[in-house]
Amino acid sequence: MAATGVAARRLPQVSGIVYGGTAGACTLAALWAALRLAGGGAADELVLPVGLPWIHAHLRADALSAVFLLVVNFGGITASLFGWGYARAHHDSHAGPVLPFYPLFLAGMNMVLVADDAFTFLVSWEFMSLASWLLVLSNHREAETQRAARLYLIMASFGTACLLLAFGLLATAHGDYSFAAIRAHAPSATAAALGVILVLLGAGSKAGIVPLHVWLPLAHPAAPSHVSALMSGVMTKVAVYAMIRVLFDLLGEPDWWWGGVMMAFGAVTAVMGVLYALMQEDVKRLLAYSTVENIGAIVIALGLALVFKASHTPVIAALALAAALLHVVNHSLFKSLLFFVAGAVLTATGTRDLNQLGGLIHRMPTTAFLALVGAAAISALPPLNGFVGEWLLFQAILNGPALPEWSLKIGIAVVGAAVALATALAAACFVRFYGTAFLGRPRSRVANAAVEIGMAMRLGMVVPAVLCVALGVLPTPLIRLFQPALRQMVEAGPFDDRAYQPWFWLAPTSAIGNSYNGLIMLVVIGLLSSVLVLVIHRRASDRVRWSIPWGCGFDGPDPAAVTQYTASSFSQPIRRAFGSTVFHARDRVDMPEPGETRPARLSVTWTDPAWTMIFVPIVRAVNWLAERANVLQFMTIRRYLTLMFLALVVLLVMVAVTQR
Amino acid sequence: MIDLGYDAAHMLGAVVLLMSFALLYQRRLFSLLHVFTLQALALSATAAWQAFSHDEPHLYITALLTLVLKAIVIPVVLHRIIVKMNIHRTIEPALGIGLTMVAGVSLVTLSILLVLPVTEDATALTRENLALSLSVVLLGLLMMISRRNAVSQVVGFMSIENGLILAAVGVAGMPLVVEMSVAFSVMVAFIIFGIFLFHIRERFDTLDMQKIESFRGESD
Amino acid sequence: MTMLLATLYQIVQMLLVLALAPLLTGWVRLVKARLVGRRGPSPVQPYRDLLRLLRKEVVLARNASWLFRAVPYLMFTAIWLAAGLVPIFTTQLALAPTADLIALIALLGSARFFLALAGMDIGTSFGGIGSSREMMIAALAEPAMLMVVFSVSILVRTTSLAEIADFMMSGVVGLRISLALALIALIMVAIAENARIPIDNPATHLELTMVHEAMVLEYSGRHLALVEAASMLKMLLYMGLIACIFVPWGMATASAGVGQGIVAALWGMVAFALKLAVGGALLALFETSIAKMRVFRVGEFLGGALLLSLLGAIFLYVSRGV
Repeated sequence: MAATGVAARRLPQVSGIVYGGTAGACTLAALWAALRLAGGGAADELVLPVGLPWIHAHLRADALSAVFLLVVNFGGITASLFGWGYARAHHDSHAGPVLPFYPLFLAGMNMVLVADDAFTFLVSWEFMSLASWLLVLSNHREAETQRAARLYLIMASFGTACLLLAFGLLATAHGDYSFAAIRAHAPSATAAALGVILVLLGAGSKAGIVPLHVWLPLAHPAAPSHVSALMSGVMTKVAVYAMIRVLFDLLGEPDWWWGGVMMAFGAVTAVMGVLYALMQEDVKRLLAYSTVENIGAIVIALGLALVFKASHTPVIAALALAAALLHVVNHSLFKSLLFFVAGAVLTATGTRDLNQLGGLIHRMPTTAFLALVGAAAISALPPLNGFVGEWLLFQAILNGPALPEWSLKIGIAVVGAAVALATALAAACFVRFYGTAFLGRPRSRVANAAVEIGMAMRLGMVVPAVLCVALGVLPTPLIRLFQPALRQMVEAGPFDDRAYQPWFWLAPTSAIGNSYNGLIMLVVIGLLSSVLVLVIHRRASDRVRWSIPWGCGFDGPDPAAVTQYTASSFSQPIRRAFGSTVFHARDRVDMPEPGETRPARLSVTWTDPAWTMIFVPIVRAVNWLAERANVLQFMTIRRYLTLMFLALVVLLVMVAVTQR
Repeated sequence: MIDLGYDAAHMLGAVVLLMSFALLYQRRLFSLLHVFTLQALALSATAAWQAFSHDEPHLYITALLTLVLKAIVIPVVLHRIIVKMNIHRTIEPALGIGLTMVAGVSLVTLSILLVLPVTEDATALTRENLALSLSVVLLGLLMMISRRNAVSQVVGFMSIENGLILAAVGVAGMPLVVEMSVAFSVMVAFIIFGIFLFHIRERFDTLDMQKIESFRGESD
Repeated sequence: MTMLLATLYQIVQMLLVLALAPLLTGWVRLVKARLVGRRGPSPVQPYRDLLRLLRKEVVLARNASWLFRAVPYLMFTAIWLAAGLVPIFTTQLALAPTADLIALIALLGSARFFLALAGMDIGTSFGGIGSSREMMIAALAEPAMLMVVFSVSILVRTTSLAEIADFMMSGVVGLRISLALALIALIMVAIAENARIPIDNPATHLELTMVHEAMVLEYSGRHLALVEAASMLKMLLYMGLIACIFVPWGMATASAGVGQGIVAALWGMVAFALKLAVGGALLALFETSIAKMRVFRVGEFLGGALLLSLLGAIFLYVSRGV
């Protein structure tokens, strides 16, 4: 398979060969996946004689794997393209730490998607985590990177441990770890419940569900930009694949509360993620938190699909699952685009701090235009692709009242409000991002001196941007491509019970009958705006005079003389409205006394509730335990012998008791 | 087909609940009293409508009692107390107003989740009235615990009473005796509150409960 | 034939909303002035203002980008298209199946997105004030509006505006408390989105009290004419939306004959003009009787709207089962 072909490339010297190779291999894999989906999505199986001697490595590519293979490899293509340009711009720091591990990372992700037994799955999962960990460590001299990498390793180990336990639980009845066997033997209710929770913890920590998201905003920004794009846009989706595979495929008939739990966590993740993003001043951290928000939306869609599947309404479940898969594709596209933009800005100005950027639309026009497409797509503006995903999700939510359980009915209404809130806050976040970085005037000398980046990097950005527009206007062919996967997971498709419809309408089946047509909307918008421009420029005036803006007298070339809004000032109303309760955000003014000449200082303090409420107590508990256990280091020989003797006696007693 | 009687009763009951929410939202004492007046008016309208549509004339008396006592007498007297004792006119909530409103909606959801599955065999109107009344009672309690000013705690107590009367009005066949006792207890509670407030004010020169808390444990 | 008629109605609607929007604004200003004891300007004054602005030259700041110059056109197009999607005098519109209520809200959101970006473009502090406050207001108003859509669509089983209007006109619904709550929430959101008192004062000259006006402070000439016309269209849109969902009677629906249909459409226009007049007078009355809120109280106001709409959705489950 293509995966093994990618893994064979290990040349550390010439970046062109490496990136070209990965791009080629990914193209092949993506085309293969697309063809399989278009052809109906039959499964391909392969048993390799590697791995443990009594469990060979089972590999299987069915429709669901094909969808995610498409996503992963397409992300790989764009990242390789961008990475090539990025490597040429940063040649000194780039080659050694990044090049050998990048193909391994891609290979790892591909292998997870085709694994068909628990052992192969876990090995590939660890492989993927380790490869990305090494990539995170690429700037290993900075202390912040070291901290990020350490935290990432701990959380990844925790995730793998949870997944290990989950698979162990699911396979206990018969001892066979292959997915086919797990699928055939339905687990008991308690085993299934525990398995669900463990999978959510394990895959959720990789995807970034609150409160297990804490490693994401530290680790994703530390890697180079194309790797960040892959980690945020693609690796999180591999975690989503794990969730879908276990919850929809391996566990058989779902219980209604599984979906409820997922929706609850998804709603919290979505709102918290975007609120965190609004507090950030580092461009890449902002994008990482925005990933958390989008993962929350995807998890909500998955939860909805589970709930509808449990209530035996498979067509609506297919609608919700289609919304989830569409959001997976869309997010990988526009998040990659935005991370590439961040990489471009970093290359051009050398800084990631929003408060040092500004006015880049004049210095980097192509990047600015592509960034506008990305920002508009992620804020769910029609007729781009983000809106289609949100529209489908809302259609699925609007079917919620048809469910029998009361708590689900009311819960879905609350989740709907949370999704709407998260979407509106995301728009605010990206207005802030784009307005501070690209619009306005430069806030520092480096922003003033930025130059447009190279052609390779620009090409790497153009491809996702074009797809954002294309998928927004014509989403139905893509959803048709998902249908084999949907049929496999929920045994229905979202367009069932509807008569034939043309490829440019989106009219899914739903108890709420609706349709959306992005193409006509785009055409009408184009028509109306051209009419407008023509009429106004012909009939009214078209004269322009240039002048100096009035900013209460603050003007001049020195950035410090201009009173512009900074990133933190932009988010101040939202920080005050939401942040004061959630983050204990306080704005403190330190005014000098009359007569003092020092300037006034405005400081913003906020705390991260996930750290203060969950992780810091855990760390404290671990430290306390370690201190208590420290006494074991300093005992006499007699005490050690006593310990061993006691352990032996206890074991013998256990054997005696169980033998009876 | 529209059942106007059902819809109107439901609408009026929901207006009472809406006024409970509005009570939680207020920051100034005088507007609090105005909203309380509106709630009492809605309540007496509910009682009158129930009397009309279910042909129970004693509910007219309930309506009249509520109108006179709770919509006119009590607000006027409270108004005069506020003016005379020069009480601080703004209310500082203990939680933020946003959090209080979110708690309010959660309480309404809780009462719906409680009442509706349990009372499957009663008529639709009774069930919904019970859910609404329970919500009003819970919101009144929320108001009492989330305010520091003693006057607003009195108003919260009154709105709990309103919720109870709403429940009683919705159920068919409540005798007049109960209403008399309810009205009497309201009046008694009110007198006690008035004296109480007056004494507190005299003694501590303030009606802010937080400041008064700090005096606990001191002897005469 | 019906397709042709629907396209005709669509074109007529696009032109009608353009024609009526400044008149509505003028009417509201006139009623406001009379209520506070002034004579007030003539209701056709906004037309004169717009024409005057269109003929003036544009003065641009030296560091204005192409986005700044493009935003008025983008914003006006989005709002114009959205206004064309709301059934105001007939439910037979050609573009109706293209976009439903959710798409309409998203179109308004994109207009606001671009305007907020334009506010950040020049780099003075006033634009930042406007953009940041506007995004905070939007962060609460949009969810409230989506919850209103949620409540209405649970009842009506669709989010398509034409079908909502048809359903409401058929009289099956009756007096539902959820609809009353949804109406109150929608009015609160409409006031916030159109930058009326108590959220924002459209006639203020003090920059620190501005929200919407601060974003457009740097616009002049034809750009300013487009932005002003867009806000007028937005007010017409919201009134039309409230009328379509909550008081749709008078609108023309699908009918048998062409002549019958056209007569019904004309009556629909008359009914809509009446609804606009009443709505504008009520708005003016509300604005003159309440004071503007501090900016940070706006969050509580809109949070209240969100909770009201959520409550309305929950109440649907309580009353009569869904």
